[in-house]
Amino acid sequence: MDQISDGLDGKKNPFLDLDQDGEIMAMYIWIDGTGKQLRSKTRTLPYVKDPKLADMPVWDTDGRKTDVTMEQDEGEYSDIFLKPVAIFKDPFRRGDNILVLCETYSWDSPDLTKPHPTNKRALCAENMLKCAHEKPWFGIEQEYTMFDFTGKHPYGWPKNGYPGPQGPYYCGVGTDKVAGRKVVEAHYRACLYAGVKICGSNAEVMPSQWEYQVGPCLGIEMGDHLWISRWILNRVAEEFNIVISFDPKPIPGDWNGAGCHTNISTEVMRQEGGYDKIVEAIKLMEKKPMEHIIEYDPTGGDDNRRRLTGLHETASIDEFSWGVAHRGCSIRIPRSVADEKKGYFEDRRPSSNADPYSVTNRIVMTICLGQ
Amino acid sequence: FKQINLSFRYTIMNFMDLDQRGKIQAYYIWIDGSGQGLRGKTKTMDGPIKSVDELPVWNFDGSSTDQSDGENSDVYLKPVAIFRDPFRRGDNILVMCECYTFDDKPHPTNKRSECLSVMDRVAEEHPWFGIEQEYTLYESDGITPLGWPVNGFPGPQGPYYCAVGAQNVFGRKVVEAHYRACMFAGIRIAGSNAEVMPSQWEYQVGPCEGIDMGDHLWVSRWILCRVAEEFNVVVSFDPKPKAGEWNGAGCHTNISTLKMRQDGGMAHIITAIEKMSHKQREHIEEYDPKKGEDNTRRLTGRHETASIEQFSYGVAHRGASIRIPRQCDNDGKGYFEDRRPASNCDPYSVTSRIVRTICDLD
Repeated sequence: MDQISDGLDGKKNPFLDLDQDGEIMAMYIWIDGTGKQLRSKTRTLPYVKDPKLADMPVWDTDGRKTDVTMEQDEGEYSDIFLKPVAIFKDPFRRGDNILVLCETYSWDSPDLTKPHPTNKRALCAENMLKCAHEKPWFGIEQEYTMFDFTGKHPYGWPKNGYPGPQGPYYCGVGTDKVAGRKVVEAHYRACLYAGVKICGSNAEVMPSQWEYQVGPCLGIEMGDHLWISRWILNRVAEEFNIVISFDPKPIPGDWNGAGCHTNISTEVMRQEGGYDKIVEAIKLMEKKPMEHIIEYDPTGGDDNRRRLTGLHETASIDEFSWGVAHRGCSIRIPRSVADEKKGYFEDRRPSSNADPYSVTNRIVMTICLGQ
Repeated sequence: FKQINLSFRYTIMNFMDLDQRGKIQAYYIWIDGSGQGLRGKTKTMDGPIKSVDELPVWNFDGSSTDQSDGENSDVYLKPVAIFRDPFRRGDNILVMCECYTFDDKPHPTNKRSECLSVMDRVAEEHPWFGIEQEYTLYESDGITPLGWPVNGFPGPQGPYYCAVGAQNVFGRKVVEAHYRACMFAGIRIAGSNAEVMPSQWEYQVGPCEGIDMGDHLWVSRWILCRVAEEFNVVVSFDPKPKAGEWNGAGCHTNISTLKMRQDGGMAHIITAIEKMSHKQREHIEEYDPKKGEDNTRRLTGRHETASIEQFSYGVAHRGASIRIPRQCDNDGKGYFEDRRPASNCDPYSVTSRIVRTICDLD
């Protein structure tokens, strides 16, 4: 895409003030067949005060165009059903307009009983219900990198060269320390407005790399909030002609990768004496390193192999380890948790492009459901 | 990092007025392992927050800021002061923090903790401070001072101090924005002026009592760097940014105790200065983050500085280590100015050292 002026040069689109005449725009959002990309389209709905999921009709889409078809889904079998599962306020269109996160269902399942093979949410929701009594909370630290509008060059990096080595950029301030802060500011406010549980943000170790945290979310909420926050981030970045990359190792060499560190706790871990429960859970996870790694990026571990090297604050993909306050481990127990003898733990393995449904599902399968 | 797209300035406005639905953003600020760098990150809180006591202790990865090893990386952040956020506005806040280690001791790089206990011990003396923060603006390449010709020099010093005119001052917009941002935030910014070297500026913070001086000055520095991001300009606190016939940058520190401010105070001022005259080396070590090494490039005895080797003082004398303003000399009371601290000094270290000397704490 070339960088062309949209004629507004950043100023507000004057048409966005127009009255909507008793109707709203609902942006249906779903995850496509790659498991990494988000797709969306709009439909008009009659205005409803405080819209609930029951007010949202099931929709459909052409799966062939979004890699959401299997070979047998050609031709008349290409329709994919979109089932609304969560509603957020739309920070771009404002007013009563909404964002609607959807699950995909197979062409042969208009009654929505058969999730599409690429739909990771359905199983996750089922398992979260099964362990609902444990009240699993999650918080995910989403890292990402900004690229210029070509998508090939990190935003703000010098042409024909590299910035100075990592060191000054983490949580930095100053024109020489951070690039792209406006996108971050806009994204944070957009998420707060939308109702996403965004709880923090910071500049990361590599220049043009950033992180924000979503949580604490109960059960299936984690995946919903994280996916919507990713959609909002990409959409905000459109306004700035900046490309967002969720690649876990965007620049090879002495540059940090990007992860989705996942923080977890169950109710017993949060209570007095919970520390023992935390260690128990970690030991269960220790028995299934590869089962987890497969779910921690969309390529069964191939993406993460480039990132989990044992350097740059990661543990090697082939070795499981855990420790208190140790950022070179697979799993880290925060120092404050060790002190208070209760709290949560952090799985540092999921990559920045991981599917949070797959990640949170796999974790509860191991620590709550004994699977 | 050169960010060329000016339309961003409008685009961002389309987001900054979004309702926050009862939440606020608290930006936690701390000083990193270098003793001169500032770091920060945001936390969502239920708003509004009226007192620093409502803010939780937080933590960060000290291995990324030279403050810990990777194996034992968590460093704690304890909120100590709040200011209003002039960038995010509304009920959003900036939170100055102290760093604590995993075993709940002040981190070795945390100079505030000791300063606070010193200030608490001399509270009845009511020590007031005012610091004149000098700094230099650079183009986004971080190498060319703002407005200087690339690979060249402007005309010699002379016309730039307190000047007006496009040929004499560079970066006034940053200065204007910074001043207003500080006022909004609640920083006690008292004044500003263009300095002797082109692209060099100064602002003054004070009068602040005790520990407030360090808090206000550090947050004012964060605000300056953050404002400069908006203008694609780099701020340098280096005390001698350009070698040769170009002024350095300092943090002249003005001090007084209650007795100095009252009638007959001049005698107390002189006594205090004489005490300081016996501890040149001890003070110099606290007046830049490298125990005097940075200041060696600046305190040469020329360009309105005293030599780093020798202590001196005088009325209205800008070549002395300590200057008594002419007005105070006339009034027989007031304050005095220590001209030695470098622009990148830690104000906690400076104010603490001064109080320890003049109040006989060690």
